Amino acid sequence: MELIQPISWEDALAAKAAYPDARAIRGGTDLMIELGAGDRLPATILDLGRVAKLAEWSLDDGHVVLGAGVTFTELIDELSCELPALAMAARTVGSPQIRNRGTVGGNLGTASPAGDAHPPLLATDAQVKLASARGARWIGIGELFAGPKRTTLEPDELIECVRMPRASGSQQFSKIGTRNAMVISVCSFALAIDPSRRRVGTGIGSAGPVPLVAEEAGRFLEGVLTEADAWESGAPLGESAAARFGELVSAAARPIDDVRGTADYRRHALAVLARRALGWARGARDELIG
Amino acid sequence: MRLECVVNGEPRDVAGVRESESLLQVLRERMKLPGAKNACEQGECGSCSVFLDGKLVCSCLVLAGQAEGAEIVTIEGLADGDALSPLQEAFIETGAVQCGFCTPGFILAAHDLLQRQPSPSDAEIREALAGNLCRCTGYAKIIEAVRVAADRMTT
Amino acid sequence: MASANVLAGDQLTRTREGIGERTLRPDGTLKVSGEFAYSSDLWAEDMLWGATCRSPHPSARIRSIDTSAARAVPGVVAVLTHEDVPGRKTYGLEEPDQPVLAWDLVRYQGEPVAIVAADHPATAREAARRIVVDYEVLEPLVDPDEALDASARALHPAGNVVRHLSIRHGSVEEHAGTADVVVRGEYEIGMQDQAMLGPESGLAVPDGDGGVHLYIATQWLHQDLNQVAASLGLEQDMVRLTQAGIGGAFGGREDLSMQIHACLLALHTDRAVKMSYSREESFFGHVHRHPARMRYEHGATTDGRLVYVKARLVLDGGAYASTSRSVCLVSGTFAVGPYECPNAEIDAYAVYTNNPPCGAMRGFGAVQVCFGYEAQMDKLAAAVGLDPLEIRRRNAMRTGGLMPTGQPVVGPAPVEEVLRHLQETPMPEQLPGDGERLDQRELPGGVANVTRGEGLRRGVGYAVSIKNIGFCEGYDDYSTARVRLWASHGEPIAEVHTAACEVGQGLVTIHAQIARTELGVRRALVRPADTTVGNAGSSSASRQTVITGGAVKAACEAVRERVLELARERLDGDVEADDLILEDCYVASRSRGPLMPLADLLGEQVIVEEREWRPRPTLPLDENGQGDVHAMIAFAAHRAVVDVDVELGLVRVVELTAVQDVGKALNPLAVEGQIEGGTAQGMGLALMEEIRVQGGRILNPSFTDYLIPTIVDMPPVRVEILELAQPDSPYGVNGVGEPPMISSGPAVMAALRAATGRELAHVPARPEHLAGLSGELSWR
Repeated sequence: MELIQPISWEDALAAKAAYPDARAIRGGTDLMIELGAGDRLPATILDLGRVAKLAEWSLDDGHVVLGAGVTFTELIDELSCELPALAMAARTVGSPQIRNRGTVGGNLGTASPAGDAHPPLLATDAQVKLASARGARWIGIGELFAGPKRTTLEPDELIECVRMPRASGSQQFSKIGTRNAMVISVCSFALAIDPSRRRVGTGIGSAGPVPLVAEEAGRFLEGVLTEADAWESGAPLGESAAARFGELVSAAARPIDDVRGTADYRRHALAVLARRALGWARGARDELIG
Repeated sequence: MRLECVVNGEPRDVAGVRESESLLQVLRERMKLPGAKNACEQGECGSCSVFLDGKLVCSCLVLAGQAEGAEIVTIEGLADGDALSPLQEAFIETGAVQCGFCTPGFILAAHDLLQRQPSPSDAEIREALAGNLCRCTGYAKIIEAVRVAADRMTT
Repeated sequence: MASANVLAGDQLTRTREGIGERTLRPDGTLKVSGEFAYSSDLWAEDMLWGATCRSPHPSARIRSIDTSAARAVPGVVAVLTHEDVPGRKTYGLEEPDQPVLAWDLVRYQGEPVAIVAADHPATAREAARRIVVDYEVLEPLVDPDEALDASARALHPAGNVVRHLSIRHGSVEEHAGTADVVVRGEYEIGMQDQAMLGPESGLAVPDGDGGVHLYIATQWLHQDLNQVAASLGLEQDMVRLTQAGIGGAFGGREDLSMQIHACLLALHTDRAVKMSYSREESFFGHVHRHPARMRYEHGATTDGRLVYVKARLVLDGGAYASTSRSVCLVSGTFAVGPYECPNAEIDAYAVYTNNPPCGAMRGFGAVQVCFGYEAQMDKLAAAVGLDPLEIRRRNAMRTGGLMPTGQPVVGPAPVEEVLRHLQETPMPEQLPGDGERLDQRELPGGVANVTRGEGLRRGVGYAVSIKNIGFCEGYDDYSTARVRLWASHGEPIAEVHTAACEVGQGLVTIHAQIARTELGVRRALVRPADTTVGNAGSSSASRQTVITGGAVKAACEAVRERVLELARERLDGDVEADDLILEDCYVASRSRGPLMPLADLLGEQVIVEEREWRPRPTLPLDENGQGDVHAMIAFAAHRAVVDVDVELGLVRVVELTAVQDVGKALNPLAVEGQIEGGTAQGMGLALMEEIRVQGGRILNPSFTDYLIPTIVDMPPVRVEILELAQPDSPYGVNGVGEPPMISSGPAVMAALRAATGRELAHVPARPEHLAGLSGELSWR
C-alpha cells in the first residue's frame, strides 16, 4: 500500500487524478475501520490531513463556507449560532475522540445512510464543491448520494467544501439511538425553517438507502406558515398541523429492518420527531440547560 | 516506511513501519508503549486514547503516517517522573480501577476535560467521558475520581 | 524475555490495611501508568504472531482443507490443522466435545479450522484468509425448541439434549386446585456478551525441552492446564501456565480460546508465539450467556402466598457443551427465586444448536430465571392487589426455608431485610414539570434532542436475586494457598502464592489483607498466580474470596502456629500458650503487650505452609431434583427508577439502588465496585445488550452494534451493604460478584413495565417494544 501526503490542495487533486482508486483519509474515523486493522487495504491512500485550507471556514454573503476538513468539535465550538442543526448533529457524532478527528467532508464522502451530518445539510440546502484537476463543480447535497456508501463523485474528484445559508430561523436536529451516547442513529431528522427565503428544509437519516428530503412535508409546512402569515411571528401552529407534518415526514422515509431497528419503528419515530421538532422550532420548551 | 515523531517529549524515529499500521499498533508494538490499549480498534471504546498535537484522539483510527512530525502524549507520559498526576492518584484512591484495561483512556479523556473545564459538573464529566467504555466499575467511582482530582487541582 | 520482568515483579503492598478496611489495589500504580502487563501487551524477542482460520458457516461438513496458498505467503512459518494436534483432539470444561481444530463437521459460525504463525500479525491473518476449506454447507439447526424435538437432526452423537433437569417439589398436581389466583407468562432472554475489554490473548514460549510456558489471561489456570496438556499430548509437568494481566473476564475466560492454539504453534515452530484476538474475533472466540425461553405459571392464594410454581426453561447452549450442564442446574434450582413455595414443578433443558456456544457469564443461569420469576411476582401482585414489595415480603425466603430442591438455606436469608432497605430508600427527584428549565442530558436520548419532556413516564421496579456461591452437585470445590514468612532488613514479610486469578475484582488485595491480619505484618506480597502451586479453582461462581480466601487464611494460621511455637521456645515458657498473638510486626502478649519484634524471632528462618480449604460439601440431585446441591447462598435486591419516553420507547435510568448481604465486606471499596459494576451489567442486559443471531450467524459482532452502557447511560447507584455472617466461612464472608448482576436487570424491566404498562416479554426491551410496535417473542 502506498501513502500519499500532499501539502497543497493542487497537489492533492493532482494525486487523485494520477491515482483515481486512491482512498482519501483525513480524520480516519470511517476509513480506518473499513481497513480492518490492515486486512482490507486499498493500493493507495491519499492523506488530506496536511492540506491546511480544508480546515478553514468563512462567512460569505450570508452563507457559511465550510472546508471539508472542519471537525465536528470545531463545528460545535465555533458554529453553533450560524449552523444550529449541524452543530446539534455534530454533538451526537460518536464520542469526543471521534468528534476531534471526524470531519464534515469525511461524513459526506463515506455516504453512510446513517451519516449524522447529512440531514441538517439537506435541510439547509447545502451545496457541495467537488474539485478535480480538471476544475470544480457545485452540486446540491442531495445529488451527492448514489446509494449506501456510494457517492456521485467522479474518480478524480475530492470534496472541497460545503456552502449553506446562515440560519435565519429556527433549526432542529434529533437522533434516535438505543443508548444515550456514542451510538449510530436508528433514524434522525433535521428541520430548518428559513423565514428570509420562505423555505422549510427537512432531512431524514438512517431511513433509506440515502439520506432523504421530505419534500411534501416541507411544502405543506411552507403553505401553513404562509397561510397563517406566521413566517416571522414564530407563533405555535396547532397540533393538527404538527401531526400532519409528522405524518408526511414519516411517509417520505424508505426504511428497512436491520439490527439497529425495524422499519415500522423508524417510520413511527420519524413522525414523532418531526412533530416535536416543529413544536420546538415554534417556541415550545426551548429553554434548555447545558 | 520510517516514522519520526515526538512521543511523551522524546523524539522517536522508527524504521520498518508498514504503511497500513495504525498509530496504536506503532505505539504498542514498535515503540513498546502498550499503555494505549486495544479493546476494540474501531473507535468505539476509547481505550486507545492519546493526545495527538494536543487533541484527544483514538490512536486506532490514526494511520501511522498521519502522525509523522506530530507530538504525541500517551498515558506513559502523564506522570511527572515518579510523581503520578492528580488524576492518576485519584483513580487509585477512589477505586476507579478494577481490571484497569479502560483506565489509561479514561485518565487521558478526563485530563482533556479538566484542561478545558477545571470544575466540571457531573453532566459535563459524563458527556466528556462518553467515548470511553468500562465494563467493571459501573462508572460511579470514575466520576468520583474526576471530581476528586478536579477539586485538588483547583485548590 | 522482556515481559518476564513485569510478570515476575512482586506486587508490593505497603499499607497497613487488614480485613474490613478500604484497601487500595497494589497494582493500581501500574494500571494508571499504562505499565501493567496485560496478556495482549506481552512480547518476546523473535516472536511470531498467530491467527485463526474460522468457519464462515454455522453448520457444514469439511470436505478438504488446502493450506498451500497460506504456506506460500512470505513470512508464514507454520500452518496447522486438526492433523497437527498430537493429543486429545477435543476439549471442554465439563465434556470434551469441542474440537481444538475442526475436522469433518463445523457446528457454529467462527469455529476454528486452522491456525497460522507468521512474523507479522497482518501476515498471519492474510495467510489465514488464504486457507481454502471446501465446505458442504448444511442447514443449521438454530431453534432450541426444534432441537429438543426427537425428530431433529442430532448435532452430537448423544443427541441434542445436553441436560434435562426435572425438579418435583411437593405436589403441584395435588395443590394447584387450592390456588385462588393463577398468573402465566412467557419470557425470552437474549444472548448477552461478557464484553470484557481485554481481548483473548497470550504468549506461548517453548521451554527448549519439549515443553511450553504459556502466559495467559484466564479465569482458571489449572483447568486450562488440564485441557492444554491433554491436547498437546504432554505430561502436565511439561506445561506451565502463568497468569498474565487480565482485562476483565465475567465468565468469558473460563473456557479455552487461543490457549491450545498458541502452544501448538510455539511447539511446532520452536519460537514464542503471541495470539491476540480482535474485537470481532472475540465475539466468536468465547462463549456467551445462554439465551433462554421461559414459560411460567404461578398459583397463589388471594392474600398473595405462593401455592405452586410451574416452570419450563429452555436454554440454548449452542454448538458445544461448555458449562451448559451447570448453567442448567443453576437455572432450574433457582427458578422460583428467593421465595418459599411448597410445590414446584420445574423442567430445565439445555440444548445443542448451531448457534454460538454458550457457557459461563456472571450470574450463570440465575440471571435468566430472575427475569422470569420477578416478572411473575409483579403479575401476581397486580392480580391480588398488593404492592410489589409486599408480595415479595409475604413469600420471602428465611433461614431454614426450603428451596425447590428441598435444600434448606442454612445461612442468612435476609430477603425481608433487603426489601425493607429498598422501601426506606428515598425516591429521587420528580420529573421536571411543564415550564421548568430542562437539561436534556437528564432526559431519554440526552443531547440527541428527542424529547423535552414529551411522552415521559416514570416507572419504579423491584427485584431480588438468589444465587449459589461456589461449585455445586458434589464437585470437590477447593483452593490451595502457600504462605511464606521471613524477615528482611528487620521487617517481617509475608508472601501469598495461589493459582487464583485476579481478573479485576480485587483478589490480590484480599490475599494481602488476610496475610496482614493473620500474621500481624505490614508488608504482604502476592506472587503472580501460576501452576507451580496447587489448584485454586476458577475465578467464577463468586467463589474466590470465600474459598481461596479460606485457603490463604488457613495457610496463614499454620504459619502463625509455627511462629508462636518458636516464640514459646524462645520465651522459655514464660507465657501462656494462648496468650500470644502476632500484631504490628511484634510477637505480643494479649495481657502484656509487645514482647519481641517478629523479625528478630524469625532471624534467617523462612516459614512456609501450604493449605487447602473446602466449603461445605454438596451432593448431587436425586431423580426428583432433590438434594443439597449448593454450598452457600447469597441474596441481593435492586430498585430501579426509570424515565421512559413511551412514544419513542427511549429510556433514561434515573437511579438504581442495590442492597446486598455480603457476609463480611473484607474490602468495602472493592465490594462497592463489584456491586456498582454488576448493577451496570444487569442494566445493560435489560436495555441494550444482545448478540443478535440469525440463521446461526452473529449480526452484530462489534462494539458499534453490540452496545454496552456508557457513562452517560449509567445513573448514580445507591449501595447498601449488609454484613450477616455466613456460617463455616472465613470471617463470615459470602461471595459478592454475581448477585448484583442478577437482580439489577429485572428491576429495570419491572420499572419499564410500570412506566409503559406493556408486557415486555423480551429482554432486552428494545425501543420498538417499549413503544408497542412489535411482537416481542421470537418464537411467535
